[in-house]
Amino acid sequence: MKKSQPEIGLFIPCYVDQFFPQVAIATLELLEKLGCKVSYPLGQTCCGQPLANAGYERDTEGSSRHFLELFKQFDYIVAPSGSCVLHVKEHFPKLSDMEQEQNRVHDRIYELTEFLTDVLKVDSLKGSFPKKVGFHSSCHGLRGLRLASSSEMNVTPFNKAKQLLQNLEGLEWVELSRVDECCGFGGTFSVTEEALSVQMGRDRLQDHQSHQVEIVTGGDMSCLMHLQGIADREGSSLKFMHVAEILNQAIL
Amino acid sequence: MSHPKAASQFLKDHANSLWHDETLWMVREKRDAISKTIPEWEELRNLASQIKDKVLSNLDVYLENFEANAQKNGIKVHWAKDAAEHNQIVLGILREKNCQAIVKSKSILTEECHLNPYLEKNGVEVVDTDLGERIVQFLQQPPSHIVMPAIHLKKRDISALFHEKLQTEKGNEDPSYLTNAARLHLRKKFLGSKVAITGVNFGVAETGEFVVCTNEGNADMGVHLADVHIACMGIEKIIPRRKDLGVFLRLLARSATGQPITNYNSHFRSPAKGKEIHLVLVDNGRSLQLAREKFRNSLKCIRCGACMNTCPIYRRSGGYSYGSTVPGPIGSILSPGLDMKKYSTLPFASTLCGSCSDVCPVKINIHEQLYEWRQEITKHHGEFGKGLSMKLASGIFKSPLAYKISGSTMRKAIKLLPKGLIYNPLNVWGKNRDLPEAPKESFQEWYKKNRG
Repeated sequence: MKKSQPEIGLFIPCYVDQFFPQVAIATLELLEKLGCKVSYPLGQTCCGQPLANAGYERDTEGSSRHFLELFKQFDYIVAPSGSCVLHVKEHFPKLSDMEQEQNRVHDRIYELTEFLTDVLKVDSLKGSFPKKVGFHSSCHGLRGLRLASSSEMNVTPFNKAKQLLQNLEGLEWVELSRVDECCGFGGTFSVTEEALSVQMGRDRLQDHQSHQVEIVTGGDMSCLMHLQGIADREGSSLKFMHVAEILNQAIL
Repeated sequence: MSHPKAASQFLKDHANSLWHDETLWMVREKRDAISKTIPEWEELRNLASQIKDKVLSNLDVYLENFEANAQKNGIKVHWAKDAAEHNQIVLGILREKNCQAIVKSKSILTEECHLNPYLEKNGVEVVDTDLGERIVQFLQQPPSHIVMPAIHLKKRDISALFHEKLQTEKGNEDPSYLTNAARLHLRKKFLGSKVAITGVNFGVAETGEFVVCTNEGNADMGVHLADVHIACMGIEKIIPRRKDLGVFLRLLARSATGQPITNYNSHFRSPAKGKEIHLVLVDNGRSLQLAREKFRNSLKCIRCGACMNTCPIYRRSGGYSYGSTVPGPIGSILSPGLDMKKYSTLPFASTLCGSCSDVCPVKINIHEQLYEWRQEITKHHGEFGKGLSMKLASGIFKSPLAYKISGSTMRKAIKLLPKGLIYNPLNVWGKNRDLPEAPKESFQEWYKKNRG
């Protein structure tokens, strides 16, 4: 590898680290296959999002500081999560003594699919994935990072994950009835508003099932964990894979 | 009642909550379809947002201009600092005119001020003339939606209600038949009322006129038959110029119901000969909200209700679950400004999905304000349980070692504990959802072995 190659820091959200290591491995391998120089700084914890969304942003100074220290030297920071990237960009408390690091990280952190389309300029990937795939648009990625056009707005339609997936051989992209309705996870919402959260999840699953989706994919494991939790409980045959897993598996 | 409790009650009638969700989603789809026929839609939203920004930044000046111009036109202008003063002013006018019965077209402001019960307590009969409002008034319910007040009711509910109140045929659910019955009933009320109350959608500073938008023409019917018109207006309803209506009227009905324009957009400028127009300008917490930097632009709201129709929470929990005059996302950022304790659960009744902000015709950053209200509310009303576990979590995430220990403990616990223990009644996650299968090792552990 060339010395001048940009250094990419892999940011793995805490629940991915703990519950979905295969997603983190897929992300790492995918980036490596695409010729990136990736390293995973050890000692990562949670970015602080659950606290901040619960109304305790002021208690996340420690975790934010820790994050900035770990990642400040990288040219790019990439994570397989729109939600956690949005948190780092928008909801870190202002740290007056780390303003420079904070700005640098803000400008250099990317969700995986946007890193592929916007920085690596991947137009399409060669590979095969012969399945009917339904895409769950995570709200923070969609409306926070604008990874796709939201259905409310009158703009030219786009979807960065679709751009990467649609040219895989055999992959059938399924259009849902409600293309970007929230799944109801919402962090602590999933527990504080349990009844609503579960109903929203069931309604999302119904949309996928009624379109004969085989695999539900998305850019955020938190949404998929919630949807899969309901699907498994109800004995559904739907399978769930992160976008990184599909891409990494397809372009073997 | 807290929002989660009210929401879970609403969801118990699954067929009804599904119907409610689908009905409002249909309105959202109509709004999507028509907004996409306007190529400059996003530009219109930008313009509307900027005009409202300008109004809010110069509200004092615009209000004084508006008052002066309205007075020149012969309108009597009153100022009310709060709901109580507003109600007293209205009652004062009614007493002066010796009026015992009034008709009122839709006004969320008078709902906010609880004008109806106040007037009734003082011996005045109030008849809401908007069909949906009349229906909920018969039921002694507040509106469950600001544009479609009776959206929570089905045809058969209304048929039964009208059979009881208006003696319509039992079991006749034909909408035209029921509407005609309401029309005949309301006509008598219109003819018998000397005073009509309306809300105000837009107050035009440069001309001193105001605009009232309805679909049923009930505001006009009431006002033109009465001798006295009392218009109640929140001080944030100002627009600078008449031509700004070219922006707002294009956005309002399209966002609200998917119509190109409301059927009646009536301009009131000066009273007809021998008649009077009174305009009551109401603050009721708006100046306070204006002073809150993070929340001030909630005052841009033109009350289209689009955020309710799009909200996945509102659609599945119903308007009453919010317990506030204005329900849904916009209500959840307005209400805590009026009473933070009473409405403390509302900013948490959201996944922060942001659909409300993208649908809003005046580009209020609703979901970001929900997030900001959470930060304020936890300073005052931290629930003990959540507050404590969040404090623990904060300690864990600061320290990699503490995180590692608690993480692997958690994974091992999930693997070893019998299902009955994981899914005990205290584990809310597990009530209706499985937990993910715990992997052998974390990514961190895998990485050290394979890339270290």
